[in-house]
Amino acid sequence: MKLTIGHLYPDLLNLYGDRGNIQCMMKRCQWRGIEAETIAYRLEDPIDFEKLDIILLGGGSDREQMLVCERLKEIRKDFKEYVEKGGVVLAICGGYQLLGKFYETKDGKIEGLDLVDLYTVQKKGRLIRNIIIQSDLFERPIVGFENHGGRTYINDNKPLGKVIYGKGNDGKSGYEGVIYKNVIGTYLHGPVLPKNPQLCDYVLKKALERKYGSVELLPLDDTQENEANDYIVKRHQDKKENIKEEILRRI
Amino acid sequence: MKLRRVLAVRAAKLVGKISRKMGKQGVTWAGLVARIIYPDILQDLAGQLRGKSFIVCGTNGKTTTNNLLCSAIEAEGKKIICNRTGSNMQNGVVAAFVLAADNQGKIDADYACIEIDEASTLKVLPRFKPDFMVLTNLFRDQLDRYGEIDITMDILKKAIKMAPDMTLLINGDDSLSVTLAMETGNKYYTYGISEKVFDGDENSEIREGRFCKRCGAKMKYHFYHYSQLGDYECPNCGFKRPKIDFDASHIFVGDHLGFEVEGRRIEANYRGFYNIYNILTAYSAGRVAGLAMDHFQDTLKHFNPENGRMEHFFIDGTKIELNLAKNPAGFNQNIAAVMEDKTPKDIIILINDRFQDGEDVSWLWDVDFDRFQDESIRSITVSGIRCLDMRLRLKYVDIPSKVERNVADAIRERIKNGVGNLYVLVNYTGLYSTRNTLKKMEEESR
Repeated sequence: MKLTIGHLYPDLLNLYGDRGNIQCMMKRCQWRGIEAETIAYRLEDPIDFEKLDIILLGGGSDREQMLVCERLKEIRKDFKEYVEKGGVVLAICGGYQLLGKFYETKDGKIEGLDLVDLYTVQKKGRLIRNIIIQSDLFERPIVGFENHGGRTYINDNKPLGKVIYGKGNDGKSGYEGVIYKNVIGTYLHGPVLPKNPQLCDYVLKKALERKYGSVELLPLDDTQENEANDYIVKRHQDKKENIKEEILRRI
Repeated sequence: MKLRRVLAVRAAKLVGKISRKMGKQGVTWAGLVARIIYPDILQDLAGQLRGKSFIVCGTNGKTTTNNLLCSAIEAEGKKIICNRTGSNMQNGVVAAFVLAADNQGKIDADYACIEIDEASTLKVLPRFKPDFMVLTNLFRDQLDRYGEIDITMDILKKAIKMAPDMTLLINGDDSLSVTLAMETGNKYYTYGISEKVFDGDENSEIREGRFCKRCGAKMKYHFYHYSQLGDYECPNCGFKRPKIDFDASHIFVGDHLGFEVEGRRIEANYRGFYNIYNILTAYSAGRVAGLAMDHFQDTLKHFNPENGRMEHFFIDGTKIELNLAKNPAGFNQNIAAVMEDKTPKDIIILINDRFQDGEDVSWLWDVDFDRFQDESIRSITVSGIRCLDMRLRLKYVDIPSKVERNVADAIRERIKNGVGNLYVLVNYTGLYSTRNTLKKMEEESR
């Protein structure tokens, strides 16, 4: 079996250790004897969506996203077809915002890919902190770090999970991320995959199943992954600690 | 106003003394108290300087550069005010002046060398207009505090515009610093390294400034040092590395460092290519201010930063080097410096996620830890609040590590069972306590 991962524009969209997500997918394939290859696309490169099994769309600064957005218009049609045919996409933070119709900032509107019916509006104050969400896909919570000025509204789409600690999509709805077909959009950094092996394996499995039909992934020893995940969950179960952190953040 | 000044100075000194007794550095609170009693204290005290004032900003190398500049100016026979401890937020800056004043609130100093955290410039510059701003570099750092590097650059631009008469000294090898300087309209000088030192091309390490900030096109590099530093040129709009005023050549990087600038040979008993920049920057800053810097080589020989930047300890037969590593650019340079030592070694990495460290530890995945896959690395122990994240990071480059949350225990264990050559790499909030622990252990072992 073989998976090909397309990393879109890491030159520009590579904030917050996004390459850790690539490293995580590659390693977890390798440990199972699944061949894996990553293609890093530059802005000017043509993309053959037919040969991709997973697409990673990371986050950039607002200015960099502006640069990318021009190019995205040109690949939108092919990208849309890929998504509708069940292609797997992991979109993080800025990449998540680009999935939607638009991202409205104080300096203007960035047009998105319009792959998923959602939109983002920049508001005052950034939502910055550890975040824990509970997805109905897994028993284990998904943990990460959020850092975004945009508030994302996902309309009738299914969220990735319910916020247990942190702010989530818009700081109010109590939900985080989005799932549409095999597209996952989320604000979670960390990077998100290494500390959430359940999510990484979900992504890998979806991609393999699309290509090879029913697949069972070999179990791996995830003790270290799970301990890092548990640490964040436990730390924020302590209400007193949460209040202390909030106070320290404000002075 | 005099009464308020005297009161502020005395109260701050008292607070400083008390908090030092409690085992803290005692600087932040002293500055805060002084500001509360007398909000204009900084203007008042800084106005008493007889000579010039410098502020040192930038992502990496602030403390080393500032302290070296301070020592070099002292060697020229001048009296100086400096925030040597690296307390570089608004309160730390105020404290440097307040704690240097006498009980009447009088300052007896020629020069001031003050390092300032980029985000704090907006609070400091309205009250204190330095003659020179030294900018070391602009790398990605502690993102959750600043948002993004674009935000940091905006902050600095705004701050610099508050002091239009301030002269800038910037790293000409850093396209981001140059863009910033050009946009402010302030007068600026540049320093840089104008020869290729390392083989290998621009690689994945360039994570900021790969694209021209002026037109968005991809920059071309004639040669490249590390991160985005090098000789760059935009093929689209023609923006390129400017003429370098203080140009380092004949570079040597190995068990010591050496280079030539303005026809002088400078040698230093440090390792790590990045220290060439720190030394060059301090030298250039003195020159820009019109100092002869004739004693610079001598200052370097005796310069002992004693602040956890490549600081050495010797405990029960084990040689220990402590170093600060707080963002990808700095960490990669630290790893390169560690790997200059080819002999067997143990490593302890401490990662905290307090506010000053950056609460987000994602940056660990932007560090090239795979360079530690080397036979000479005999063990890695991970420590600190986020030791489990660090262990996981290493797992994904096939490097096993041991967890020991408490850094003192980790150090003790390696002294007992290690190879006698230990490197301790810590991020910001771990530095002070780790250094104290090592100092205490060193004293006890004597």
